[in-house]
Amino acid sequence: MHTVLQVLSTAAALASVGLGIFLGVKWAPPGSRYNARPILWGMTAVGVGLLVLGTWMGLVWTPPEREMGQVYRIIYVHVPAMWMSLLALVLNFCFCVAYLFKASWKKDAMAEASAEIGLLFGTYGLVLGSIWGKPTWGVYWDWDPRLTAMAIMLVTYVGYTALRRFVEDPEKRAVWSSVVGIISGINTPIVWQSVKWWRSLHQVQSTPKTVDPDMVLALRVNAWASLILLTLFLLHRYRIALATREAEVALPDALPPDATSGVSPPRGTPTEVL
Amino acid sequence: MRAARPISLPRSVGVLLLKDLLIEWRTRARLNALIFFALATLLLFSFAVGPDTKLLARNAGGYLWLALLFASVLALGESFRVEQENLTLDGLRLAPADARAIFLSKAVGNTLLLVALGTLLIPVMVALYGVQVVMGVGPFATTLVLGCMAISAPGTVYSAIASNARARDVLLPLLLFPLIIPALLASAKATQLVLQGDPMQQLGSWFGLLSGFNLIYWGVGFVLFPRVIED
Repeated sequence: MHTVLQVLSTAAALASVGLGIFLGVKWAPPGSRYNARPILWGMTAVGVGLLVLGTWMGLVWTPPEREMGQVYRIIYVHVPAMWMSLLALVLNFCFCVAYLFKASWKKDAMAEASAEIGLLFGTYGLVLGSIWGKPTWGVYWDWDPRLTAMAIMLVTYVGYTALRRFVEDPEKRAVWSSVVGIISGINTPIVWQSVKWWRSLHQVQSTPKTVDPDMVLALRVNAWASLILLTLFLLHRYRIALATREAEVALPDALPPDATSGVSPPRGTPTEVL
Repeated sequence: MRAARPISLPRSVGVLLLKDLLIEWRTRARLNALIFFALATLLLFSFAVGPDTKLLARNAGGYLWLALLFASVLALGESFRVEQENLTLDGLRLAPADARAIFLSKAVGNTLLLVALGTLLIPVMVALYGVQVVMGVGPFATTLVLGCMAISAPGTVYSAIASNARARDVLLPLLLFPLIIPALLASAKATQLVLQGDPMQQLGSWFGLLSGFNLIYWGVGFVLFPRVIED
């Protein structure tokens, strides 16, 4: 039962995310000659299906924990949320570096999408962690290095998203936010390692190695479901970002010819991909 | 006629730094404003906490670095406003000097300004909070220089970005404050140890953290800064 479910969920999720990353980015852009709908709907179906399965496993199928009892079950959403947050923020760092090497609107759109989705998952995970903290530690918030580092990182990315709103020139916004994204990304490994470097209240990160075998599968299924949802969110946000950029960059062309007299359209280097 | 040779990096840093310091010295507007702002901050802490000298002395390290941090936002915000006014940043970009020299000169200039400010604040803290510098001048100067460097390097990159964006006064603290929390924490702890003595020999590890922070952010700023000011 274990092995079959594990193989099935892994295969389904890998196929779905693979499709999402390799085909979705090619199919998904607005104006693309491909139809992205079947992929997006297929991923939604697989993701929601896995989420239902994972929720059932987390709430019913797995045994209660020895010391925490039923309270620990929040692990099945808290831990995947944090993994996805870190994954999205690492993705943001990679796209920021890639943008500075070779500019393209697609990378900028992907960087914007991954920062916002990472922030979303991170905030969700932090709130869930607080809710978990009250019954187990007795407090919602403790100035533990892991909690503090995570909170700092989220505020850093709030700054990043604020920067994106405050700069109007799309090309400058792309370059500056890449620089800020790289500087902020330096924090990510510190957050991941904080539980090892400063041992205190927060336990060591939950991985299949540190979690009881009975609970690993449920954690995995939930993580795969979150991964599919993450990919789906990323793709949707990426399409929105790309459409917004297209509208911004091509705006003067869309005006009647006499309205643009004397105004050269803001064509930048990254426009060639649109 | 000889072709124009690019000026070497250390030389252009020196020239730019001299230019900034000269402007600073001739107007003295920024320096005066900073000193009074930081003094007012220190005074405000003693009003906010109440006239409990023991409590004030115990938290003096944190107050000193908060005062310096708030003052640094003013200093950093001003450091590129000078270059914006008569489009002198374009002039600097056109000069046959490395763009990275602009980063180094601005960051060093800001560090010097903050170190000078921190040095001025210490007698005030002795008077207001009743603190003593137990560990001597050497460790205190090291803390001050390392901490001010840690604020200046990312601060210079971010102030170059913020000075061109909308809502620049909001953006700079929003970007800078969360980023330098580790450096602020280390500086405040180190200052605390310098002021109260260090029986557990912890000062070295805080210096190590500050040095690592400086190494990373001065390096990243040095590499990325030319992309920030390119047109």
